[in-house]
Amino acid sequence: MQSLTNRSTVVHKRDMTFVERLYLPAIIGGMVITIKHLFRKKVTNKYPEVVRDFTPIYRGVHVLKRDEQGRENCTACGLCAVTCPAEAITMIAAERQPGEENLYREEKYASTYEINMLRCIFCGLCEDACPKDAIYLTDRLIDAKYSRKSFIYGKDKLVEKVDERVDVSKRKKKYTI
Amino acid sequence: MDYSIIIDKSILVVLLFLVSLGVAAYSTYAERKIAAFLQDRYGPDKAGPWGLLQPIADGTKMFMKEEIIPAASDKLLFILGPCIFMTTALMTSAAIPWGKSLNIGGHEFSLQVANLNIGILYIFAIISVGVYGIMIGGWASNNKFALLGAIRASSQMISYELAMGMSIIALLLMTNTLSIREIVDQQAGFKWNVFYQPLSFIIFLVCAFAECNRTPFDLPETETELVGGYHTEYSSMKLGLYLFAEYTNMFISSAVISCLFFGGYHFPGLDSLDLPQNIAALLSVCVMFAKVFFFIFFFMWVRWTLPRFRYDQLMRLGWQMLLPLAIINVLITGAWLTYFK
Repeated sequence: MQSLTNRSTVVHKRDMTFVERLYLPAIIGGMVITIKHLFRKKVTNKYPEVVRDFTPIYRGVHVLKRDEQGRENCTACGLCAVTCPAEAITMIAAERQPGEENLYREEKYASTYEINMLRCIFCGLCEDACPKDAIYLTDRLIDAKYSRKSFIYGKDKLVEKVDERVDVSKRKKKYTI
Repeated sequence: MDYSIIIDKSILVVLLFLVSLGVAAYSTYAERKIAAFLQDRYGPDKAGPWGLLQPIADGTKMFMKEEIIPAASDKLLFILGPCIFMTTALMTSAAIPWGKSLNIGGHEFSLQVANLNIGILYIFAIISVGVYGIMIGGWASNNKFALLGAIRASSQMISYELAMGMSIIALLLMTNTLSIREIVDQQAGFKWNVFYQPLSFIIFLVCAFAECNRTPFDLPETETELVGGYHTEYSSMKLGLYLFAEYTNMFISSAVISCLFFGGYHFPGLDSLDLPQNIAALLSVCVMFAKVFFFIFFFMWVRWTLPRFRYDQLMRLGWQMLLPLAIINVLITGAWLTYFK
């Protein structure tokens, strides 16, 4: 049969020659290979001390953004929860009271906002769906915990602190409002 | 009676004991490090700088583990097994000359516990007793895997001892002595025996791998087939003794190889340097240990390069190749010494 790729070779079963049966040349060849590896660059990441670089578009733990004046962007429209394929997001909306203008950007806000990190598949659809520039995925990781409850992240963990903003410029898209 | 010799020898014995155990302990560390480096990894590096305290951590772990003696085992033999193995492993170091004599205040201090005129015979005798440690341990465990491992170990060691002994005979024909110190002194300068008896060296080296149960001949403890081999049932420090003794064996084998074939504590140009006696002696000890460490590295290097033999291949290699080859080597050496010298 004609070969299509010319990559296959016909293997003949034959007795080993005398030199091959001595094994020593093959052994020395093998040892040369291993000694070369002794001086090669190590592939191990020394994890706790050195953290591997993430790609710019890494999708880790979410952040709920604030605007320049420190007001929460989220208006609890629920689009992220609707689009979430894993149904990981829940929220309760509330109306902004007079005197809270410095806390929330618009009249409606999320009084609770929870993401179940065990359900979340980190697809980033919530980010795409958000019309208010409020939710982003970041390069942060989820801490290991013992109980399932502790993986439900509330606003205390999700909303960025006023004094320590989270940089999401790498994940910002042209069409966000 | 002159007590100084007793004190001398006691000091040396204690020193050798500590050095052997220290080298064995750090061989475990070196093994893991070299394995890691040959596989592009870092190896243990958390305990102390570069993981240097790892053997201490491992030893502590061994001591802390629960001591289990199986109910169906023979208690006395079960305990005796590792004891014999460890004792014999440590005993062989007595006949090895570790360096030139020191001179402390006009008092000659020999760096060899016993300058036996039958040093090689002594070492071979003790090594063959070591098989009993494995055999008794494996048998007393009352476990199929342990017994299989023990049988493999004993038949392998007995088979390879023959070829090993025959390979040494060719060497002895040349040196005309069984005393290791004399053999070493004959190689002063660069007259290393390995240049005169390369075949003997290769056979001896291969057999040394088999004697130490090292890859490619580590069939007594093949994890894939025999769980842990002859020490399957052992736990805690009894297991530790077995593992330690194996590394001690490796250390002693390396020492014997460097003494018999690589000039022991001699190196080219040692005599022409014209150093004071004590400095020369210390330098010779360093040279000896450098050679020993190289061979320990070589043992590990081979371990992480070669896969292991099948058992029938192992036996075929021992009986049908190495033994006839060693005998031919003896004949050739004998003929050469008779007709050309």
